[in-house]
Amino acid sequence: MTSGVLNLVLKRLAIAVVTLLIVLFAVFFATSMLPGDTASILLGQAATPEAVAGLREAMHLNDPAILRFLLWLVGLLHGDLGTSYANNMPVAALIGGRLLNTMELAGITTLLSVPLALMLGITAAMLRGSFYDRTVTILSIGIISVPEFMVATLAVLLFAVYLRWLPALSSVNEAHSLTDILRIYAMPVITLTFVISAQMIRMTRAAVIETLSTPYVEMALLKGASRSRMVLKHALPNALGPIVNAVALSLSYLVGGVIIVETIFNYPGIAKLMVDAVATRDLPLIQSCAMIFCLGYLLLITAADIIAIMSNPRLR
Amino acid sequence: MAARVVASRRSFLGHSYNLVGVIAALVILTWTLIAIFAPYIIPHSIGDIVDDDYFGPIRQGLWLGSDYLGRDMLSRVLMGARYTVGISLAAVVIACFSGVVLGMIAAVTGGWLDTCLSRFLDAMNSIPSKLFGLVVVAAVGSSIPVLILTLAVIYTPGAYRFARALAVNINTMDFMTVARVRGESIIYLIGSEILPNIIRPVLADFGLRFVFIVLLLSGLSFLGLGLQPPLADWGALVRENIGGLPFAAPAVIVPSLAIASLTISVNLLIDNLPNKIRDRDA
Repeated sequence: MTSGVLNLVLKRLAIAVVTLLIVLFAVFFATSMLPGDTASILLGQAATPEAVAGLREAMHLNDPAILRFLLWLVGLLHGDLGTSYANNMPVAALIGGRLLNTMELAGITTLLSVPLALMLGITAAMLRGSFYDRTVTILSIGIISVPEFMVATLAVLLFAVYLRWLPALSSVNEAHSLTDILRIYAMPVITLTFVISAQMIRMTRAAVIETLSTPYVEMALLKGASRSRMVLKHALPNALGPIVNAVALSLSYLVGGVIIVETIFNYPGIAKLMVDAVATRDLPLIQSCAMIFCLGYLLLITAADIIAIMSNPRLR
Repeated sequence: MAARVVASRRSFLGHSYNLVGVIAALVILTWTLIAIFAPYIIPHSIGDIVDDDYFGPIRQGLWLGSDYLGRDMLSRVLMGARYTVGISLAAVVIACFSGVVLGMIAAVTGGWLDTCLSRFLDAMNSIPSKLFGLVVVAAVGSSIPVLILTLAVIYTPGAYRFARALAVNINTMDFMTVARVRGESIIYLIGSEILPNIIRPVLADFGLRFVFIVLLLSGLSFLGLGLQPPLADWGALVRENIGGLPFAAPAVIVPSLAIASLTISVNLLIDNLPNKIRDRDA
């Protein structure tokens, strides 16, 4: 790797850090715009003015917003996410197990959707214009064009209502055997896999088709190479960068997807926690959840960009 | 393949259109008309309970069955069109107008203004859209103006990026240099020199962004963070009738189909626009 690529990658990482700061700032201020005085909400109606003033002092609420933001950031660096307003528990304790559940959901979905989408995307590009290609394309456009909750409701209608294979709700606590676990994860994972794969298929197909239209692939064709050799030996190695880029970008759709899917299936993950926190206006919890989501999203799109830079042979 | 495409195209007003595009345009036109005239054509008031049973099936007089309270579903879906199409359209107009104007200004001006705007809007783009919606609704509550503005803010950076990339190309043309030498103002430069050259791809982008906004609005409403009762857009209709899912009630299926018909039609219309209009490098 030459210094040119290294510079570009470092620059991209620096941009990601700056972006993260701006995002944290935006999340902090959006949530502190909430109407109502936090201290008096916490203490209830019977609180004396002195008690409210004391709590305001203790919570640093009288300090200017920028100072509170810095204090919050310092707390974050120490792993202190604050205390939930709603039930007075440390946010970190509330999030811990839930985050693990969400990661499991996202992980299983990734393991399923990446091979599936790559296979469908690449074969569709190879058989471009065929009936198979058109079916795959229309199905993926169809899934992209509808909201995630509709994919979920259709999955429920099909698997839980008509076929009666799976339960419509999931509750991780009831998992006792392997079949239980399978049944609990099935619906959310199926829904998410549909949503993520559709994006990935489209991007993979576009990446391979673009490579197939380059002069060196045409050269291979003129040379008399077979269609499969042309794709596997000439086009795919060069399309690898754009494909991995497409995979990382598609996985960033997981962030929006889990919010809907966890709510619909009542899955005890961090997105469900956040939607509930919005309903109870539990600020520290919302801030922390939003931060985790932004961090995950930013990691994925930064990874996608860096892969795109590294795989560009002109920069190597 | 080429022959088939040529055969299915018809010539009209100097452009050729194909059948799929025409059907998609008709669906969009229908929903638009319904959105405008909904209050005059609904058979029942949206709050009236007209059925003794909840989640009633399709039958004469109740063409789309009844909802979870026994209200007429047809009236509620027709009125829902008003909110879904209206709010999304208002948001996409604001998002595209501000995004495109800022993008053209950034491209023409260049320098620190361009750098600052691009950095800031790229950062905005790094906030997942649903999350942004959640946080704003948590902060200021949900009302129609808040929804329109939030959706517009979320999709402005994308419109900016798209318009700026196109405008930067136009900016290097000779006629731009000539116009600058003539001493034209920036308003003239972006309005009379750049805009006419990028308007077609920008309009196609407008359509795509409209679809994103409809999907996000429906998603937020579905989570209960969009329109608040008694108003209901299509996403909210799915949410309030989700209890009918186990019996596959029309009350939960019809609003879903309404959303799908609108978004798929817009996508198909853009995909089937004559190349002249669709081409991004105009």
